[in-house]
Amino acid sequence: MKKIILMLLAAFALAGAAQAAEGFALDKAPNKVNDLPALQTGAKLFVNYCLGCHSAAFMRYNRLTDIGLSVQQIKDNLLFTTDKPGNTMEANVNPQEAKGWFGALPPDLTLIARSRAGHGGSGPDYLYTYLRTFYRDPARPTGWNNLVFPNVGMPNVLWELEGDRVPVFETQEEHGEKVEVFKGWNQTRAGTMTPQQFDEAVADLVAYLQWMGEPAQNTRVRVGVWVLLFLVGFTVIAWRLNAAYWKDVT
Amino acid sequence: MAEFKEISPNASAGEKLANWFDNRFPTAGAAFRTHMSEYYAPKNFNFWYFFGSLALVVLVIQIVTGIFLTMNYKADANLAFGSVEYIMRDVPWGWLIRYMHSTGASAFFIVVYLHMYRGLIYGSHRKPRELVWIFGCAIFLALMAEAFMGYLLPWGQMSYWGAQVIINLFSAIPFVGPDLALLIRGDYVVGDATLNRFFAFHVIAVPLVLLGLVVAHIFALHDVGSNNPDGIEIKGPGAPLDANGHPLDGIPFHPYYSVHDILGIAVFLLVFSAIIFFAPEGGGYFLEYNNFIPADSFKTPPHIAPVWYFTPFYSMLRAITSEMMYALSAILVLGIGFVLVKTRASSMTKGLLVVVMIAFLWMFNAFGFTGVRFLNGLDAKFWGVVVMFGSVLTMFFLPWLDKSPVKSIRYRPGWHKAVIGVFVVVFVVLAYLGTEPPSPTANLISQIGTLFYFGFFWLMPWWSRLGEFKPVPQRVTYAAH
Repeated sequence: MKKIILMLLAAFALAGAAQAAEGFALDKAPNKVNDLPALQTGAKLFVNYCLGCHSAAFMRYNRLTDIGLSVQQIKDNLLFTTDKPGNTMEANVNPQEAKGWFGALPPDLTLIARSRAGHGGSGPDYLYTYLRTFYRDPARPTGWNNLVFPNVGMPNVLWELEGDRVPVFETQEEHGEKVEVFKGWNQTRAGTMTPQQFDEAVADLVAYLQWMGEPAQNTRVRVGVWVLLFLVGFTVIAWRLNAAYWKDVT
Repeated sequence: MAEFKEISPNASAGEKLANWFDNRFPTAGAAFRTHMSEYYAPKNFNFWYFFGSLALVVLVIQIVTGIFLTMNYKADANLAFGSVEYIMRDVPWGWLIRYMHSTGASAFFIVVYLHMYRGLIYGSHRKPRELVWIFGCAIFLALMAEAFMGYLLPWGQMSYWGAQVIINLFSAIPFVGPDLALLIRGDYVVGDATLNRFFAFHVIAVPLVLLGLVVAHIFALHDVGSNNPDGIEIKGPGAPLDANGHPLDGIPFHPYYSVHDILGIAVFLLVFSAIIFFAPEGGGYFLEYNNFIPADSFKTPPHIAPVWYFTPFYSMLRAITSEMMYALSAILVLGIGFVLVKTRASSMTKGLLVVVMIAFLWMFNAFGFTGVRFLNGLDAKFWGVVVMFGSVLTMFFLPWLDKSPVKSIRYRPGWHKAVIGVFVVVFVVLAYLGTEPPSPTANLISQIGTLFYFGFFWLMPWWSRLGEFKPVPQRVTYAAH
């Protein structure tokens, strides 16, 4: 019986190892989903750089009041002229044309931070790494490729901010096989941001995407604390009530 | 008609009101006495006995949150996904209602699995409670149908492809399979028609069946009385009674177990709320990440798995490969061979047995290796479906498979505990493997697990009577609080 248990445990370990090996190791995204200025910067980046092609069809502009923007600010800075604050965030690109240009429909981004979670890390981890691993690749139709999502249809829309970078690989021996191991980046042309500033900007954008995936999430946690506090009190009362009833049962 | 009870004019208003109702609706009072205040339950219930009432609590949560979800949900392939996001974003407290319902589904299965485990270890399925157990198994089956159809409604990628895979299983049934799958879907692929009929089944048809079965489960239980961790009968012939004729080891359900269960409910709600408010996705098990992508019939996800509560059975389905069928054929031959050698049946019976065996070997495709077309049996996929449904239906037979001379695990040999322990581990491992993409190692483990699962139940008439049993006491073991 012990043998069986050991074997099963070994199987678990193997399965775990197999998963860790696949794909590009994701960086941990800084948690900024409570940071209102970061979320506002992220919202601006989203509207300026993403919303051209990607919709957020379940997200209303006026929900941005939750991250500290006033309706007037939303109207003045974030809305396209024809939109109203109660509208959802629709891309102004024609989906059919976009499909022609990039080979795939640009996916809706409302829930992207929730849907991209998996074994390698959380959804924000994925997005944070993905948006920072673009490199020039003349073999691709758009001239761009990505380490997390090889042969991705999307070009690096943040290239002005990031500049050009080339990934550096080193050939290593692993279990008798030669493998290319990613070692870091070589900046070939500076962007308008320093690498630190760029990382921060992407972190803000990812925080916004994470917040947009579930705008109620901060409310949820805040309410949850009170609910649990109430239930702890209720449990104590239930416990004493039970003890009072049962004390004479022999 | 029962006689009208007169009450003193000096009685309090409350007593007068109670009397007024009791004269006009005595059934309510009688039911309260039968099922609550005069239902004697053993006083030695332990931790495991919370899960029955908790299952009832979760059922109520699901019904109430379900009603509110229905007010805003749109059962339409073009609108369903968006309407769920509308509930999450624009409906006041919609996110809470939706998370309660989605977490409630997983909580239901956790609670029910623990409730079934309790029955298994304390022998709650044994005579005279066979029907209680069978109603319970039927509830479990209805619950699976309810959960499966409910999972299609958010119309995400996992909803869609999970349903597609599971419904396609039915098409593996010989002769009627493809038509049956078509009947279930209402279309050639999962589509709007499927969504609409699943919605109808999920919100009214199956819940009605479920409620009826729950009533039958509780009525049958209260007719024969509750079992307890010692597996001793506290009522019936020979059971010690007090001066009023009530069982000495029993205690009225109300108020003793009603306050007791309130404590259980409080602790359950603590855990349940912690998940709802701080981890509603349940690590991707309660709400799968892929399901945040709208259903797309042109894009098959790389890895499709049912929700965690189905995965033990799904693992057993995947374990049945054509190689596994050879293993099963060998087991069949050995089993029948054993019967032929060891029993003293007439040669007529034995001959019949051999014929049946050969027929099954043929259906198992045991002669498939010959390459003769006539000898080809049924597809391993079909047997996979048989095994998957068989693994659930097997539970119905437990009352007659368990031949242990004592009911409770407390008085069974130590190695029986180990066997049940391994069974639990196997069940959890099968569940885990079912959520993962298939691999040769995982497949081998789930094949061994499948054999253990069926061996555990169908060899029970043999192994459950073996070993040294401890003497069962006359009275329940109870230490005052």
